[in-house]
Amino acid sequence: MSQHPVTLTVNGETRSADVPARLTLVDFLRETLNLTGTHAGCEHGVCGACTVLMDGEPVRSCLLFAVQADGAQIVTVEGLAPDAEGLSVLQDSFCEVHALQCGFCTPGMLIAAHALLTRNPDPSDADIREAIGGNLCRCTGYKQIVEAVALAARRLRGANEPAPRERSHGG
Amino acid sequence: MAAEPQGFRYIGRKRRPKEDRRFVAGSGRYVADIILPGMLHVALVASPHPAARIVAIDATAALKLPRVKAVLTGEELAGAVEPVFTGLDLPKMKRNPLAQAVVRYVGEWVVAVVAETRALAEDAAELVQVDYAPLPHVIDPEAALEPDAPPVHADHGSNVFYRRRFVWGPVESDFAASSHRIAYRARWHRSATVPIETFGVMARWSAAAQLLDVWASIQMPKYPENLARALRLPGNAVRVHFDVDVGGSYGVKRGLKHSILVGYLARKLGAPVRLIEDRLDNMRGGDAHGPDRIFDIEMAFDGDGVVRAMKMRAIDDVGAYAGRAPLQLGKPVGAIVGPYRIKSVAYEPISVSTNKTPEEAVRGFGQSPTNFAIETGMDLIGRKLGIDRIELRRRNLIRREEFPYAIPSGSTYDSGDYHAVLDKVLAAADWNALVQRRDAARAAGRLAGIGVSCCLEPSGGNSAFEPLLNAKNETTTWMEGCQVKIDLTGAVIAAMATSSSGQGHETLVATVVGEILERDPDTIRVVHADSLGALPSNSPVGSRMAIMLGGAAAGAAKKLRTQLVAIAAHNLGVAPEACVYAEGAASSAADPTKRLSWAQLVEIAHRKFHLMPPGMEPGLQASHVWEVPTGGSLPTPDGRVQMYPCYAFEAHVVYAEIDRITGQVALRAYFVGHDCGVMINPDIVHGMTYGGIAHGIGAALYERFQYDDNGQLLSGSFMDYLIPSSHEVPDITIVDHCTPSPLTTFGQKGSGEAGYLGAPAAIASAVNDALAPLGLHIAALPMTVAALGDLLATKADAK
Amino acid sequence: MKAVDFDYQRPAGLSETCALLAEGGGEAKIIAGGQTLVPLLVMRLARPALLIDINRIAELQGIAESGDAVEIRACTSQARALADRVVRRRLPLLAKALSFVGHAQTRNRGTIGGSLANADPAAEIGLAALALDAELSSRSARGARTIAIGQFFVSPLVTALAAEECLTAVRFPAWRADGRIGSGFQETSIRRSDFALVAAAAQLALDKSGVCTRIAISLGGAGATPVRLTAVEQALVGGKLGDGALATAEKLAQDNLDASGDIHASAAHRRRIAGALVARAVAEARDAALAEPA
Repeated sequence: MSQHPVTLTVNGETRSADVPARLTLVDFLRETLNLTGTHAGCEHGVCGACTVLMDGEPVRSCLLFAVQADGAQIVTVEGLAPDAEGLSVLQDSFCEVHALQCGFCTPGMLIAAHALLTRNPDPSDADIREAIGGNLCRCTGYKQIVEAVALAARRLRGANEPAPRERSHGG
Repeated sequence: MAAEPQGFRYIGRKRRPKEDRRFVAGSGRYVADIILPGMLHVALVASPHPAARIVAIDATAALKLPRVKAVLTGEELAGAVEPVFTGLDLPKMKRNPLAQAVVRYVGEWVVAVVAETRALAEDAAELVQVDYAPLPHVIDPEAALEPDAPPVHADHGSNVFYRRRFVWGPVESDFAASSHRIAYRARWHRSATVPIETFGVMARWSAAAQLLDVWASIQMPKYPENLARALRLPGNAVRVHFDVDVGGSYGVKRGLKHSILVGYLARKLGAPVRLIEDRLDNMRGGDAHGPDRIFDIEMAFDGDGVVRAMKMRAIDDVGAYAGRAPLQLGKPVGAIVGPYRIKSVAYEPISVSTNKTPEEAVRGFGQSPTNFAIETGMDLIGRKLGIDRIELRRRNLIRREEFPYAIPSGSTYDSGDYHAVLDKVLAAADWNALVQRRDAARAAGRLAGIGVSCCLEPSGGNSAFEPLLNAKNETTTWMEGCQVKIDLTGAVIAAMATSSSGQGHETLVATVVGEILERDPDTIRVVHADSLGALPSNSPVGSRMAIMLGGAAAGAAKKLRTQLVAIAAHNLGVAPEACVYAEGAASSAADPTKRLSWAQLVEIAHRKFHLMPPGMEPGLQASHVWEVPTGGSLPTPDGRVQMYPCYAFEAHVVYAEIDRITGQVALRAYFVGHDCGVMINPDIVHGMTYGGIAHGIGAALYERFQYDDNGQLLSGSFMDYLIPSSHEVPDITIVDHCTPSPLTTFGQKGSGEAGYLGAPAAIASAVNDALAPLGLHIAALPMTVAALGDLLATKADAK
Repeated sequence: MKAVDFDYQRPAGLSETCALLAEGGGEAKIIAGGQTLVPLLVMRLARPALLIDINRIAELQGIAESGDAVEIRACTSQARALADRVVRRRLPLLAKALSFVGHAQTRNRGTIGGSLANADPAAEIGLAALALDAELSSRSARGARTIAIGQFFVSPLVTALAAEECLTAVRFPAWRADGRIGSGFQETSIRRSDFALVAAAAQLALDKSGVCTRIAISLGGAGATPVRLTAVEQALVGGKLGDGALATAEKLAQDNLDASGDIHASAAHRRRIAGALVARAVAEARDAALAEPA
């Protein structure tokens, strides 16, 4: 079995390992680095649950071998929050709108939406649907996801958004 | 869109679900996330034949690979475990986790290979040599009913697993007395829920403790007991950890065969063993396909369109083995007339076996196909009589004042206001404008249609279909339990007894307990007890948890509230009835200065036995186990029985256009009126409804497990089994209505199947409305591009 | 769903790549974006002994414009090509085609050359290349050669490239400015991002009076390889592209097509769609040309 040394940056930390060539990036993240937030849904590049950022762009980590990511900057769902106790505005907006149910597709959705908001601070609903068009969700029918991404965009733009409603309900 | 309900502190309010935070942080804990030291991995050798005898298995080469631990055959396994539970009385049909002697469908597991990694296990699986002698096979369910059809189970004697004709009411005389009738066929092809997480299970045997620990992506009634029985272990030797997040299920996550296999291997090998299906395993051999039905229906009605009687024959192709799935022909008995005042019904369910992947429970347990079949008839009657579809439905819908309403097959619907919900959704959709939009599109040469459906969601789950379809099964109990305690620090902990797959049960329990105890739900911890520590549960099936777990949690919380009041009354020197409880504190009604705070009451209960009322148990803990509110009784000899206690209603309106040449359907507007009584958490109910509609769009237009004549599955990956994406699901508008159930703690009904129960019928209605100007009609789902393209061509060719 | 065990090399340059391919003797396989190859690998339908990763070879990256052509190096990502100004200005047909390729996430990894070399009959890039008479450059240990796109596609997933050959670049010859040029790309898929059931590409030139002086039409998804519709082209060139011409295009496209069927669309259905899409693509190209300054 061919083993290859890889060193890459994952969520800001340098990680090194010897990996078999056939180990996909999603399996490497989950099983070698124990970053289990990234999920494997289909392993053939359709469902998008395994989406991560590679050098700033969303990619499917099941369609990439870990050895190919040598030297790359990877961001997974675990790397979206500003710190261990907090959530990013996008993550918080998903909670506010209940943009998930079982949570399995959620990490991939968040990464895809995060990438959208990075390049487009004011996306239309059509832009949002396009950005998550490669991420299948079986629970939500996408509506609350689109709403959550739109809410996050508004909040990130600092528009005159009233405080989230949950504050007044003690949530 | 709903006004917030009156009289509740937390129920029905906009509140963040408790679970969401861990999921957005990537901190969910799914079965594949659990890593145990020394864990071994399973890969499977699957049958390439739809039917064959297994002549020989040679695993020599596989076992020679380094780091391969075991190769398990069906012969070995069948000698050590009991077959998988089946819901029907089929003593000659044995369902084993690995095929024994005969394979009966393509993808059936023949050999399991265990190795140190999944990749190595797959390497070894490729090296296992299996010699087969092909046998005749049967794929078409109607062909399988023929007397000379190849038998899927030779010992069983025929391919019919179940067949009975029920007659409820004077069907023949009602038919004779009616001036009109229609007869039609409606076809619901095989699809399923296909969660994004496949099924997975891991087991670890402790010889020292004589205990099998199981982590599974499971949603199944009595899973621990079934697993223990199959493994020939006492029930208390299997501990299922329900604190595993399940990545979607909607019915199908019932991997009993996987679990028996893994449980056996874990014991045999003395190491943790896991089987995480990959997508190909899941779609071929995961035994999680859904209903595959042929309905032949006659309806008898008068010139005004009022339907008197219905005859329905439903053939369900359950595939090669029967688990619980054939019972899906039974649940619709509880809503066999839909929301309509049909007075008499003949129902003939036929469960037939073919050489296909077995069927599993799918969202609605057979109700959505049945709703589609009934609604197809309603549209056909309207068309035949020239009566507007809405008006026709109004004439047939049960009226508000008629509740509780007993239907011919023995169930009583609890409550509803179907006309009001229909009116609301028509107003929200601006029906007249929608008609104008359709007509303008038609005038411009496009194919445009509006779809309507009015459907029920039976909820609250019992298992009345078990004794109905299997007289040897006298199950009438279908309870749920919850334990609530207040610890010494005053913190509230509630323990539920099953895993969740996205339904928000922790939010449900916290909201309900918070409502009763008047404590902020966000401060309440909800845990999933393991199966040894848990109270009885029947898992989140049949849209039952809001009702049943909600009722159990409320019952336990009420006991605690009563206890707190009793402690206060004893110490304040007043009668309990003279005590006022508010936000955790209790005071004298007569003198509010006489008051004990939450902290004081907790302190007394946990530390000051001398201040406790005589005879009271120390501490603050209560459990409540609740039976379905309508209780449980066996069916009458003619098959009448109360099925589910509560009935939610949904009315869909959808606008669609079809490309004349390509056959592509675009859903351009979607509205649904929904009444599930009191909503515990509206965001959760709405989310499930949107998702149910999306799933219904898949079943109506895109998703099909399609087989060729050779029994090969042609849509066994996500390349060919097409789940709707954000592009195919339109923006949906929900219009809420609330008719409380008189039977439940807070007036709630179930909602986990909402949307899915009416969407396929509504979309079919829209497609047929669009096709009507061409004189075309289609009553088979999914209405794929392939089906519609070829149907439209029949008109194009005729031009 | 795990790939068979294989070795992995990431050569620094083309020469090394070609040497590895030659050594591999058919057991070596190039991986570029991997968006088509990796599913084949994990389903064990592709079983190479060696995977040669060309993603970091500088000479395989980039888009260059010359007077008479635009050259896209093989390992340029689809996302980069789609965002490229030269592509948008000089190759609007390719830009239109690229917007139909997969999703943003797959375009970020997927490459121009990889799509061509994988030769999926429904792939959009090959279709555009065929309409634009692209020339493909390849290298092997034995030297370099150029393959006309018309000779490139052999059968599903099979091309004229030998096992030891590496595709290096695609050259799109510029159309001379002999009038107003327009292009159209039409696709029917089941879900928005699925492979095409049928896709049609058209590029044409109109003279001042609106007469079509040159036209190229290609069709993919319907048969074993993408095809040029020369019969339709011949029928349309030299005339105006009114409704009659479009009807002719539709009929000829249907009648001359060797289509195949599957569970997603029958052969007859694909022919009907093909006819309609050809007419729509020609109309789109015509309208685009008419919108150009005369």
